Amino acid sequence: MRILAQQLVLGLMLGGLYGLAAAGLSLVFGVLKVLNVAHGELIMLGGYAAFFVVGLFGLDPFASLLLVVPLSLLLGVALYAGLFGFVVRASEETRVKNSLLIGFGLALSLHALAVRLWTADERSIITPYGGAVLRVGGLSIPVLRLTILALAFALIAALHLLLTRWRWGRAIRATAEDWEAALLSGIDVRRAYLLAFALGTALAGAAGTLVAIGYSVSPSIGLEWTLKALIVVVLAGLGSMIGTFVGGLVLGAAEALSGFTFGGPYREVVGLAIFVVVLVARPRGFFGR
Amino acid sequence: MSGVSDRYERRWTIAILAALGALALVPLAPVRDDVLNFVFLILLSITLAQSWNVVAGYAGQVNLGHAAFFGLGALVTRTLWIRGLPIPIAMAAGAAVAAAFALLMGAPAFRLRGAYFAIGTLALGEILRSTVGNVLPEISTLPAASIAGYRLIHRYYLALALAAVSVLAVAALAASRTGLGMEAIREDEDAAEASGVGALRLKLTALVLSTGLAGLAGGLFAYYHISYYPAHAFSPTWTFDALLMTYIGGVGTLHGPVLGALLYVVLKEYLAVRWVDFHLLIFGALFVAIVLLLPGGLVQAAARLGSARKNP
Repeated sequence: MRILAQQLVLGLMLGGLYGLAAAGLSLVFGVLKVLNVAHGELIMLGGYAAFFVVGLFGLDPFASLLLVVPLSLLLGVALYAGLFGFVVRASEETRVKNSLLIGFGLALSLHALAVRLWTADERSIITPYGGAVLRVGGLSIPVLRLTILALAFALIAALHLLLTRWRWGRAIRATAEDWEAALLSGIDVRRAYLLAFALGTALAGAAGTLVAIGYSVSPSIGLEWTLKALIVVVLAGLGSMIGTFVGGLVLGAAEALSGFTFGGPYREVVGLAIFVVVLVARPRGFFGR
Repeated sequence: MSGVSDRYERRWTIAILAALGALALVPLAPVRDDVLNFVFLILLSITLAQSWNVVAGYAGQVNLGHAAFFGLGALVTRTLWIRGLPIPIAMAAGAAVAAAFALLMGAPAFRLRGAYFAIGTLALGEILRSTVGNVLPEISTLPAASIAGYRLIHRYYLALALAAVSVLAVAALAASRTGLGMEAIREDEDAAEASGVGALRLKLTALVLSTGLAGLAGGLFAYYHISYYPAHAFSPTWTFDALLMTYIGGVGTLHGPVLGALLYVVLKEYLAVRWVDFHLLIFGALFVAIVLLLPGGLVQAAARLGSARKNP
């Protein structure tokens, strides 16, 4: 029983990161109707950026977010201007399909580039306080991963505030709701698209930083993180960032439970199976709100 | 219009079959094994790309779980063949299992449209890969007796035959009413349904043909390799390779995937001498450019150049 509880604690802490990873994908898909399957590769790039920022400047690993997030924001602007900005001109159905294909090409290229630049080795950021553990009622809670969970939630909460309080945040939500109505009420829809995409990439960068601190990055983690994010988006639906975070926790807990029941290697299978079942059960409405 | 394109396709079919026929003569000359291995890779890639082209190019359903069917074909073929069944029977069984699995999965999967079908099949493929990796973690190696009797030339001619079969199958499909119905679904599924095309039945037909060919290609892979990890045949790279070759050559055409496979393997092998996997950077970027600017691939580019020369 205690083992199960311990697994659940670890699963929930990983689940917070799933939520953060999914938030960026959900924002971009919800607003632009662009399915960026290179989202996991953007997380991977964020992880490497944090790794090198920490190595170069000797910053505290968590402080590297202050550099990685703005850098990711810029990358997002560049990707929108260079690639995804062209896709949003098409009708919605073509847009989803073409963005998927483009994301695919981008993912393959970024993966190959990362292998070329940084080799295929796994890396993670070593922290001086990495080994600290809280003991609560017989359970061990790694302080580092608890901090990561708290930060993931803080970032999602900040995004939520941004989308509800900030003028452009509301413009982004209005565009997601109905871009034609948004256009008619004087919102610069193109700019809302750009902002949403850049924010989504910044979230990926932040998620990557936390992945590199608490877990590890390698060029090939992209597909796995894209799938996790997709599963969470399917579970949580679009429209609520807090809901996405909860969806992440649910996936983390479900993986821990299934890992406990069927053995570690089947963790991945269960998440994917949930995904397929939900997808088939709600073929049109699953991305609805 | 259709008469013109029919004649065009027939000309390409003949040209490709003639080229394959010429390749049949290669082993008669004293060539090194690495030449045969290289041509083998091109032929396997042609079959793989052409198999994906059926469902994605003609029926317009981007199947991102294609590797699962390649892997199933490899797994079944390898198991039966090692147990002593002749390779043609083992391969036919592999293709049958792949196609049967496709029928089973197809009905629920085709409730999804467009990009949702794509990500759903991607997840299905990953489920299969993880499961096979968990159940069969050990490397599969041929028994010593089979290694002693290994003849590359058998693999070479089998690959040649399969490439020809895949090209003929697509040519026959493209010329048929069934193929026309699939193209109608690709262009606009609702309109196709409204004009009396049974969309689900045709999509399933495309999937079964596509996965059957993929199963054969997987069987060839299993017959060719002395040892490999069973889960490797389920790796999503098989899907990605098929997608890149088909799109870069020209998706939904007969000769596009053949040219795409040729270009892909040649450049991959050339680049691999210095930089492993660097070809993916180039092909990934090329693929993005093609989706954005030239949805018909290199075949369309060539056609445009040709018509520009004729009508300046």
